[in-house]
Amino acid sequence: MSPPADDIATKESVPFVAAAGAAAPAEALSGAATGWLAGRHLLIAAAIVVAALMPFFFKSFVTFQLTQVMVYALAILGLNILTGFNGQFSLGHSAFYGIGAYTAAILMHDYDVGYVWTLPAAGAVCFAVGFLFGLPALRLQGLYLALATFALAIALPQILKFGPLEHWTGGVQGLFIDKPDPPFGLPIDSDQWLYYFTLIVLLLLFLAVRNLARSRTGRAIMAIRDHPIAAAAMGVNSSLYKTLTFGVSALYTGIAGALGAIVVQFVAPDSFSFLLSVSFLVGLIIGGIGSIPGCLVGGIFVLYVPNIAESISRGLAGAIYGIILLIIIFVMPSGAAGFVRLANAWLAGKWRPNPTARSTLGQPRR
Amino acid sequence: MELLLHQVMAGLATGGIYACMALAVVMIYQAIDHLNFAQGEMAMFSTFIAWQVMQWGQPYWVAFVAAVVLSFIGGVLIERVLFRPIHNAPVLSSLVAFIALFSILNSAAGYLWDYTIKTFPTPFGHKPLLAGLADTHEAGMIGVTLGLLGLLYLFFRGTRLGLAMRAAAANPESARLVGIRVGWMTALGWGMAASIGAVAGMLIAPVVFLEPNMMLGVLLYGFAGAVLGGLTSPGGAVLGGFAVGVIENVAGTFIPYVGRELKLTIALVLIVAVLMVRPSGLFGRSVVSRV
Amino acid sequence: MKQVTRRTILAAAPAVLTLAAIPARAQKKYGPGVTDTEIKVGNTGPYSGPASSYSPVPKSIVAWCKMVNDQGGVNGRKINLLSYDDAYTPPKTVEQIRKLVEQDEVLCTVGTLGTPTNSAIWQYMNQKKVPQLFVATGATKWDDPKGHPWTIGWQPNYQSEGRIYAAYLLKEKPNGKIGVLYQNDDFGKDYLKGLKDGLGEKKSMIAVEASYETTDPTVDSQIVDMKAKGIDVFVNTAIPKFAAQSIRKAAEIEWKPLHILSSIGASVGATLKPAGFENCKGLISDFYLKDPSDPQWKDDAGFKEWSAFMDKYLPDGDKLDAGNVAGASLAAMTVQVLKQCGDELTRENVMKQAANLHDVTVPMLLPGIKANTSPTDFAPLKQVQMARFTGERWELFGPLITGAVT
Repeated sequence: MSPPADDIATKESVPFVAAAGAAAPAEALSGAATGWLAGRHLLIAAAIVVAALMPFFFKSFVTFQLTQVMVYALAILGLNILTGFNGQFSLGHSAFYGIGAYTAAILMHDYDVGYVWTLPAAGAVCFAVGFLFGLPALRLQGLYLALATFALAIALPQILKFGPLEHWTGGVQGLFIDKPDPPFGLPIDSDQWLYYFTLIVLLLLFLAVRNLARSRTGRAIMAIRDHPIAAAAMGVNSSLYKTLTFGVSALYTGIAGALGAIVVQFVAPDSFSFLLSVSFLVGLIIGGIGSIPGCLVGGIFVLYVPNIAESISRGLAGAIYGIILLIIIFVMPSGAAGFVRLANAWLAGKWRPNPTARSTLGQPRR
Repeated sequence: MELLLHQVMAGLATGGIYACMALAVVMIYQAIDHLNFAQGEMAMFSTFIAWQVMQWGQPYWVAFVAAVVLSFIGGVLIERVLFRPIHNAPVLSSLVAFIALFSILNSAAGYLWDYTIKTFPTPFGHKPLLAGLADTHEAGMIGVTLGLLGLLYLFFRGTRLGLAMRAAAANPESARLVGIRVGWMTALGWGMAASIGAVAGMLIAPVVFLEPNMMLGVLLYGFAGAVLGGLTSPGGAVLGGFAVGVIENVAGTFIPYVGRELKLTIALVLIVAVLMVRPSGLFGRSVVSRV
Repeated sequence: MKQVTRRTILAAAPAVLTLAAIPARAQKKYGPGVTDTEIKVGNTGPYSGPASSYSPVPKSIVAWCKMVNDQGGVNGRKINLLSYDDAYTPPKTVEQIRKLVEQDEVLCTVGTLGTPTNSAIWQYMNQKKVPQLFVATGATKWDDPKGHPWTIGWQPNYQSEGRIYAAYLLKEKPNGKIGVLYQNDDFGKDYLKGLKDGLGEKKSMIAVEASYETTDPTVDSQIVDMKAKGIDVFVNTAIPKFAAQSIRKAAEIEWKPLHILSSIGASVGATLKPAGFENCKGLISDFYLKDPSDPQWKDDAGFKEWSAFMDKYLPDGDKLDAGNVAGASLAAMTVQVLKQCGDELTRENVMKQAANLHDVTVPMLLPGIKANTSPTDFAPLKQVQMARFTGERWELFGPLITGAVT
């Protein structure tokens, strides 16, 4: 029984180090599939319905926050494609996010392009940049690749502030974008429309990744992560797939950046610093590397946990944030997805029928 | 030509700071096989502790020793309390722990000691050398860094304990099989790295002034220098640190028009270019994996 | 003549009774966030993140409002100041401001800090018609009554300071070779622009434009570079850390240019003391606020008031940090606006009163400097005074200079 495709993280799915101990064994999942996970599709449908109804129950600014959560989830998904599926480490995704954002901003600000078209444009630009970056990155592994991507993250704000380019980028003062109105005169306000727009884009892109993961290409990408030499020996064109993955990863995060720019209506170099890359990485790990639904958890984390930390202690907000991070990583070392997997395995163990043994109902399975 | 010389010398002076940090980074990497993102904040916090001890009336050397010893203990505690519980988790999870540590130390330092810059004394003084291109403190800093490098080299290559630590970091399973207490080796490695960080912080603070955000840039440059030199080579890391300082200065001054505002970008691009040619850094050993 | 019937008398009765009931002062009109006992005001600032060194500004605003409340509030109402962290990232500022306006329903915001952060909420505040009072940044663009009638600036803007330095240099050293050190962001670039605009045709006096990033460890190499290129006028617009480094390095390499510090980096306690007083003799700067670490204000009434405020309401605050002076002064000016509103505490009236300040002073403003606004002038503070450092304190000289840049 193959594990559910949404949840790519199998025993081997740990970058760099093959044996990682705490990752749930694949056997537990086979039993779990007969448990409540069989209702998985029902669960997803229910979640979508709830998500669609939310804007009507909350104030405008909460809708705005939820839209941002989705934007961050999409950006983290992009990082997940590279790090979770393909095992390449990136500290530079703030650069792709920023490039996507500025592409959208410049197109809307200078060329009056409709906001919908900025998304594929941002995606295309970022795909190109990602692919081109992936080429030299082929030679680098692990921490050395991390430095190269980090260089990208540092370079972007500097380039955005660069004098001769100010005419396009707006320099340090940034660029303003007008808020899109709902189309066809729908009886909802701008915030709600942006929410639905982002939700639709998110669902489409999540679906695309899910299909990618289940396809031959997806398996090739993951094979490269798990055993690069074996994969090459089996005829997988490692270089091509690795650079393509970089491109696709950048594309996703770039589209997220464009959406982010439209939602916030403003871009400035300071919004896209290296620290944003770190946030994405933290969100990815908290959500669960290699998990697609985990990206949503990551997005929620990136937006809400700083707020929670601040409400506890404004003066020590950073320290509280760090403590929350530690608590979460202690309780869920493999992220939310890993936690869910373990919970499933434990529950499945409790409920798996075993006719030869004494009744073990209610007792934890040995 | 004279301008080039000036910039090279100035670059070596700042490079001394980066070399110091790069050494600490590589040391921790060798001891625990992780890149410690919180290294800079730990160094900064240790330096504040030393400063506080001096505020309480103690002389410099008492404060220095206190900071080094307390940092050692702190490093061991951090390893035992923070990283031990998650050492079986995926590698990237420990990255989150490092980021958490960074956040906590930075925020706590700002809360305890405010953001106004503070002077930190140096035993070397600030007298100019070489017609003002460097000063006695910078020379002292480079000297101490090289001295530390030498000591560490002797320790890791020449003593049994050093060998045990390297074994524990490189291959914990096999190390356990030959009787090495891997857990304590890792804790020791953390303690040493924290102490080296404290020394680095106390060398750097006199140049840049002490404040909670003083180490972020230094850590990034130190990281760049360590990677450039090769993460498996402490000597390479030191050289890498100097190289980063010089490249940044020379690029900033001599690359026309662009150099001024894109100094850091250019420096990093050059480093990445070097990595293209030597993917494990200038002096690093490439890891050979067996199929 | 119209018949006064019983009906008309009865109809008129409620009106008469109401008229009799109204006290002598104006009718109460309340906007969002206002009750008989409270006025809700919002603020955002960098409590965390790399710009956290500016956190004293929002902290002192909060503390000053607490003090005002303890003293009875404004016209009998307490100020409920809600201050949120935005970590100096524009998207977060948008989120927090929207929370303040849409969830907390504040009357106005005050002292929001940072140029990119305030830019991000600029359109929103003006579209929603919420007063964005006294933004804590020196960018020039906030003085725009026509385009953005709901946003009002606060401090003398950076470009006008740059022009003031230019005017000074054209007079004192018209043949100088200028080197500029500036931070590579909006505030640094604004200074540079002001300087260049002020020099006009003599722009070519600027031989070196050296920038730095806040993540740079030192600016020593920029200083060495300037000396090597024969610079004899150094316009230093750096923040205290880098200003102190440059002063010390210049002294070390025995470089003695005409050294102008901007008001940002001129604090005695935060910059000059770490740099070494003996290295600072002859430094020139401009001020609009009193430097709390300057001994000349020891017996000044305004300083004493501020000092007592710090002791009681921000005991952990650093008295050397200029942010605590800026925040307190900003809060005091806000209190003035709210006072002027009387019982008509609507957003429109708040904005009207903010554009109606006449010769307002707050404790820590330099003697003689007053805040003035009008419906066409949204820059409350425009004046600065130049000063020279004697080795112990800043000696103010010359007249108050008005550096208006529109």
